Amino acid sequence: MSIRHALLALLSEGPKYGLQLREEFEARTGEVWPLNVGQVYTTLQRLERDSLVESDDDAEPGPQKGFRITAGGAEELAAWLRTPPDLSSPPRDELVIKVLIAVRLPGADVHEIIQVHRRHLVELMQQWTRLKEDEGDLDLGLALVVDAELYRLDSLVRWLDTADGRLKRAPAPARTAAPQIRRRTGVRR
Amino acid sequence: MSAALEMHGVSKTYLDGTDEVHALREVDLTVEPGRMVAVMGPSGSGKSTLLTIAGALETPTEGGVRIAGQTLAGMTRDDRARLRRRTIGYVFQDFNLLPGLTAAENVALPLELDGLAAGKARAAGLRVLDELGLADRASRFPDQLSGGERQRVAIARAVVGDRRLLLADEPTGALDSVNGEAVMRMILNACKGGVAAVVVTHDAQLASWADRVVFIRDGRLVDHTAPRPTPDTLLPR
Repeated sequence: MSIRHALLALLSEGPKYGLQLREEFEARTGEVWPLNVGQVYTTLQRLERDSLVESDDDAEPGPQKGFRITAGGAEELAAWLRTPPDLSSPPRDELVIKVLIAVRLPGADVHEIIQVHRRHLVELMQQWTRLKEDEGDLDLGLALVVDAELYRLDSLVRWLDTADGRLKRAPAPARTAAPQIRRRTGVRR
Repeated sequence: MSAALEMHGVSKTYLDGTDEVHALREVDLTVEPGRMVAVMGPSGSGKSTLLTIAGALETPTEGGVRIAGQTLAGMTRDDRARLRRRTIGYVFQDFNLLPGLTAAENVALPLELDGLAAGKARAAGLRVLDELGLADRASRFPDQLSGGERQRVAIARAVVGDRRLLLADEPTGALDSVNGEAVMRMILNACKGGVAAVVVTHDAQLASWADRVVFIRDGRLVDHTAPRPTPDTLLPR
């Protein structure tokens, strides 16, 4: 999450104080990304150094110091919004690694291990879904965060289901052969 | 108040030629009034068999089933049919609404079939449509409703009257996520009114609406989720 660009976005609405920026940042991200005020001021100082924001020259540093975005800041924000995040190589997903290790570990019941993780993921999903029960009360930012989290967790459950089925069908020798993933998919080290 | 559904040591064995197929093995499941339980598992795991036995549509090979305090074993065919009509509501993936009847008439139909006068049945139908936020769709025919609305009318029909147990098999199957969510919210509202629901699904997003999720594998309930904590504990502070 880029705090830098989130602050630029808030400042593109008009000049704001540091404390106000923190409150608005938390409100707009459904309050799932708490931010301490120190992070806000450090980020603002760097933005000012890079000429992406300007501050009131005469004000003392602190809650009364106002900031506004510069033309360069607006350009930086527009470019960032359109730059895709790097999703090109698989993340080092701990869950995937645990299942891969369990598959080759003598004596490990991989189906039982998969079920432990499946249950945990579904429990997390139940908590997120509960936030959606009263749709009328749900803030738009939080609703989008909840949806994103549910789809992310759901994709992991689906992967576990697929892995479970694949392992059930796989002949025994397939579970001990060395993986060929690097050569076939070009995964980076 | 007795549990809406109690299954104790329920097994179901079929003969496939000379082979015995164990569709369910020693299943214990209790669902209290007002609760929603989701049954999750891969296809062929026994989910649908569990639902047909819970719904008194099939009898178990071993074990006992009680629905709203009534023991199914030893019941006559007529008693069993009456229990199905009065106490249990079914929702399937394809909505099963009758095309020549309006939404209100479709919802009232089970009560009329059970001998209630048409006027009273219709009033009860309108009441449940209103409770579930569908009052403005009451006089529409199924082909004048969207897919999501049709499924919501099917749920209203499944809980009309004094139904105690709602059984749903992949109830949001063909719906998009917005309509699927509306269907789950509606089942949840029915539960808040005291109905118990069992929802069978392979979909974790659907299952996550339930109070408790049980996992079925090769005919056995192998695991279940812990009771849900409050959402306040979820967000970092």
